[in-house]
Amino acid sequence: MPLIKGDQITEDPWVYADDEDELPSGDVVVHLERWEKDKDSLRSRNGKLGLILRSDQSPELVADDLAAFDLIALDFPAFKDGRAFSYARMLRERFAFEGEIRAVGDVHRDQLFFMHRCGFDAFEVENAAVLQDWLEAAREFTSVYQPALDAKQSVLRLRHHTKKAAE
Amino acid sequence: MYRYDEFDRTIVDERVKQFRGQVARRVSGDLTEEQFRPLRLMNGLYLQLHAYMLRVAVPYGTLSSKQMRMLAHIARKYDKGYGHFTTRQNIQYNWPKLEEVPDLLADLATVEMHAIQTSGNCIRNVTSDQYAGVAAGEIEDPRVYCEIIRQWSTFHPEFSFLPRKFKIAVTASEDDRAAIRVHDIGIQLVKNAAGETGFRFFVGGGLGRTPVVGPEINSFVKKKDLLSYLEAILRVYNQLGRRDNLYKARIKILVRSVGTGEFAEMVDKEWQFIKDGKYDLPQDEIDRIKAYFAPPAYETLPATDATLKDKIEANADFAAWVKRNVAEHKVPGYGIVNISLKPIGGIPGDATAEQMEVVADLAEKYSFDEVRVTHEQNLVLPDVKKSDLFVVWEALSASDMGTSNLGTITDMISCPGLDYCNLANARSIPVAQRISERFADLSRQHDIGDLKVKISGCINACGHHHVGNIGILGVDKKGQEFYQITLGGSATEDASIGKILGPAFSYDEIVDAVEKVVDVYLEHRAPGEAFLGLVDRVGLDPFKEKLYAAH
Repeated sequence: MPLIKGDQITEDPWVYADDEDELPSGDVVVHLERWEKDKDSLRSRNGKLGLILRSDQSPELVADDLAAFDLIALDFPAFKDGRAFSYARMLRERFAFEGEIRAVGDVHRDQLFFMHRCGFDAFEVENAAVLQDWLEAAREFTSVYQPALDAKQSVLRLRHHTKKAAE
Repeated sequence: MYRYDEFDRTIVDERVKQFRGQVARRVSGDLTEEQFRPLRLMNGLYLQLHAYMLRVAVPYGTLSSKQMRMLAHIARKYDKGYGHFTTRQNIQYNWPKLEEVPDLLADLATVEMHAIQTSGNCIRNVTSDQYAGVAAGEIEDPRVYCEIIRQWSTFHPEFSFLPRKFKIAVTASEDDRAAIRVHDIGIQLVKNAAGETGFRFFVGGGLGRTPVVGPEINSFVKKKDLLSYLEAILRVYNQLGRRDNLYKARIKILVRSVGTGEFAEMVDKEWQFIKDGKYDLPQDEIDRIKAYFAPPAYETLPATDATLKDKIEANADFAAWVKRNVAEHKVPGYGIVNISLKPIGGIPGDATAEQMEVVADLAEKYSFDEVRVTHEQNLVLPDVKKSDLFVVWEALSASDMGTSNLGTITDMISCPGLDYCNLANARSIPVAQRISERFADLSRQHDIGDLKVKISGCINACGHHHVGNIGILGVDKKGQEFYQITLGGSATEDASIGKILGPAFSYDEIVDAVEKVVDVYLEHRAPGEAFLGLVDRVGLDPFKEKLYAAH
């Protein structure tokens, strides 16, 4: 699956591991079930570790283990299942998770703007050929009303800080 | 009223451009209807029985005359010359062409209007009291906070794909004209013991298949915490609201399943993480928005107007209209004019382009340029001098908007029903029209007094039948339209859900049945007793006897 990260299509170094198979070498992403079963061996292996959460698995379930992961992938089983928007924010804001937060599953170009604002920084997409479209979609709005996790200053802040600066 | 600054304008203009691109992708075939559907729904564009329907947001029901004229222009240019005002204070157009919708939105943007989040599983247009700012006894103008919530909820990055649609209503009055207890969140401005103003939160009210009167989860939230508290509620709901069953996805089901106390605790726990931080509402912003809602330049007038008194004595029709349709204004010498969009035999909430222009002219001339849309599908001129009431009434009457039936049995809420809607099981509009014609005699209506009749064409309850004093629900029985009657509902501060009277009536029988209900009321009521009072006192039995005895 093509991966958008840092405004370009990049090589994906991560491999998703099945729940039963022997783990491949290198950087692997495991399901929560496998993490819970094999915590100790997963912690001691070489290579980075990632975790993929289904949309009914809150990051709260691994709140104490987050230091073990360099990547959390959050699944969108359908575009309209918006739980992962809250999960991404929770990871960044409450748990100060600094690794990669990746959107996987039914990821739509028209949601990229919101995902980016909620703290996602990598996106698995179906078609790399329309990268330009995706990047445009991520920039369709220059002003935002809410404080969030992208670099954009909220309108609230701009209004009152520009005013203060002018005074 | 609120005016856009550069930021608001940019956001709406960028939205028009974005949607134009999405429509172009659909028209070119880059997007299938299935892919386009969620995108158009985020912008109020539905595919109905016969055509696309576009719902335009009227934030908290406030319009300028310029905006009202634009709505008329749109009705003429893109539709068949009329529009339909809705129970969420919005307006719907029933016949726009997909290819023209981007131009329509661009036209709207020139008067600071849009269709953002008028559908879809997101936070919808925030509604309010149509008498906001002009009702006596109000704590503050609730529209200040509606506008703050409008901005906060617009393109909210986290809450645009909720389990289901989400409706917020705000009022600042003890008399609830905004039906806040049947909203996902109802907010009431209140004062605490220390005299500070804050917000009382009701969560999990709603109609639809499972009508619920929303319970209170917090009796006082400070002003600065408005947005962080809203974020906390929405964050709990976004994660835990059901997504496996469309009919159990609203927040009311979550609140009911975990219990009100537990839900309040979950919200509070979430709130503690985000409180006192970047979500704090700056007092500067409250002040900035409040300035837009400052009272207009009222004249100092005597409380009673001599010319008005003469006109009332000389003209019984005008006198009846003043009595029924003009409400008490907080400023002496002014009145709040209710414009009925329920002419006898008309379609509730419909207005032609010409009627919209008449209202716009009257607002400009006589009401500080402001119009309100009510959730009961009427319009309001909030600030009319008592000495101008007669000319306003004459102008309204000449355009079929001067019916003195506010709050009477013919002032019905009705959903579009099977005439337009692809969810409906039965027609609503013709039932409303036939009831209206049956009770056409105004003196009979005035004798009956206040009586709220609400009609829905299916269980989704867009016509608010659950909270009608008399509710009518259209159902399908083996391909035939039938109508179930409920009695005793209310959407106001004494909110309650009506009780089902008994077996449903056919399309041909329903008007007679409603008339019999009214007969029972007239026969049994004590002097001055309201319909709800009688139902409380005597229960449903006398009604059942009258309606079903002959069956």
